[in-house]
Amino acid sequence: MADNAEILSGLSEIVEEVAGIDAGDVSAEKSFVDDLDIDSLSMVEIAVQAEDKFGVKIPDEQLAELKTVGDAVDYIAKNQ
Amino acid sequence: MTGAPVEVVVTGYGATTPLGGDAASTWEALLAGKSGVGRTDAEFVERFDLPVKISAQLAVEPTEVIPRVQARRLDRCEQVAIVAAREAWAHAGLGGDEPKVEPERVAAVVGTGIGGAMTLLGQDDLLESGGLRKVSPLTVPMLMPNGPAAVVSLELGARAGVHAPVSACASGAEALAWAYRLIQEGDADVVVAGGAEACITGITVAGFVQSRTLSSRNDEPERASRPFDTGRDGFVLGEGAGILVLERADFARARGATIHGRLAGHGLTADAYHITGPDPEGSGQSRAMLKAVRSAGLEPSDIDHVNCHATSTVVGDVGESAAIRKALGDRPVLTAPKSSMGHLVGAAGAVESLFTMLSIKEGVVPATLNLENLDPGVELDVVAGEPRKMELNAAVNNSFGFGGHNASVVFTKV
Repeated sequence: MADNAEILSGLSEIVEEVAGIDAGDVSAEKSFVDDLDIDSLSMVEIAVQAEDKFGVKIPDEQLAELKTVGDAVDYIAKNQ
Repeated sequence: MTGAPVEVVVTGYGATTPLGGDAASTWEALLAGKSGVGRTDAEFVERFDLPVKISAQLAVEPTEVIPRVQARRLDRCEQVAIVAAREAWAHAGLGGDEPKVEPERVAAVVGTGIGGAMTLLGQDDLLESGGLRKVSPLTVPMLMPNGPAAVVSLELGARAGVHAPVSACASGAEALAWAYRLIQEGDADVVVAGGAEACITGITVAGFVQSRTLSSRNDEPERASRPFDTGRDGFVLGEGAGILVLERADFARARGATIHGRLAGHGLTADAYHITGPDPEGSGQSRAMLKAVRSAGLEPSDIDHVNCHATSTVVGDVGESAAIRKALGDRPVLTAPKSSMGHLVGAAGAVESLFTMLSIKEGVVPATLNLENLDPGVELDVVAGEPRKMELNAAVNNSFGFGGHNASVVFTKV
């Protein structure tokens, strides 16, 4: 089980891989769409990679609710 | 369309080919008699024990010049389109932060023969091995044959229209014809036009092998592509992209653009004879050349040079030479750049049109590599050995494709 800091770190690596945003610029309060400029196609890629990395399921209806990086970290922490 | 045709000029160009990572290095290598053909650097050749172990692979990998994150969202054929389009756009003086032309007056026309089949194959493998979740959400935009045109439109902000001719090996030349029409009809002032192809993989090589169209001169890759030579045994599959920036001449002059050449006309016809074989009478090909010449307001006797489709297949090359004689007589001086570069399929017509235009501009016809014994059926003057310096006023580029597509375009001196 990863703690929140480990989840944030792992998620940041995925965001960097998929969207080219420096992992250091990915923080909990950032919005995927408004701050990080990640489109819906890249969000699907990020979700699939996060599912594999953290052993969670992120259904589409849930993915739509994950507005910020922090939302995603919290969801993964609760469901892993 | 009424009245005199609108003058259409070339103000920029770009390319990435087996001869070089940009237009200048490609042209230089062509004139220097270099070959872009080599042993295929891929595991599929041995895995399937393919009888053809040679191809014309890119001189510069597109991922070396495209940022990683952009590259991973693009099929290889889209990557090469972007590389050539960026170069052409900057070369035309249209780059930079300040827009030099209204996006609503810029169109993109980029053809491909095969398109994103590598993505299709790769994603199908992922579906088979890992199920739905492993399939990329970018699968469709990466495999669609309008992908190269679409990504160029997106990259350059071309909003007058985005079009993708798909006519096998004629696609790149047909794109120039469509671009010409868009400008004639007033739909755009600037058109970024050309072709892109990057699909050297097991199934394409196997498919061409089975249709008996590829050279298997594996021990001498650089000598394998030999259009018009008696020893030819098929073409060499290549990859790359070529893009021209075509522009309404008065618009180009008003913005002070450098004008490199004039696209004076085009002719498109269909054989309706056989799905892969050319009409032995060459009537479709000669009609394309004649249409092109007449649409340029010229006579056949005005054509000084033909940059041939000539792919190094046994039947095709002699058929084309007969069609040239029929349409244009025996005066034009010929060359066949696939001898150096291989066959770039959907990009061939665009890159070779660039060569045609540069030949006029610089007064030089590149030599046909490996032409040692001219097929007696050709009966025309094909440049071999060294490039030939000569004044050229008008030249034709021919591109013909599986499916009976014939595309000829005419360039003239400015």
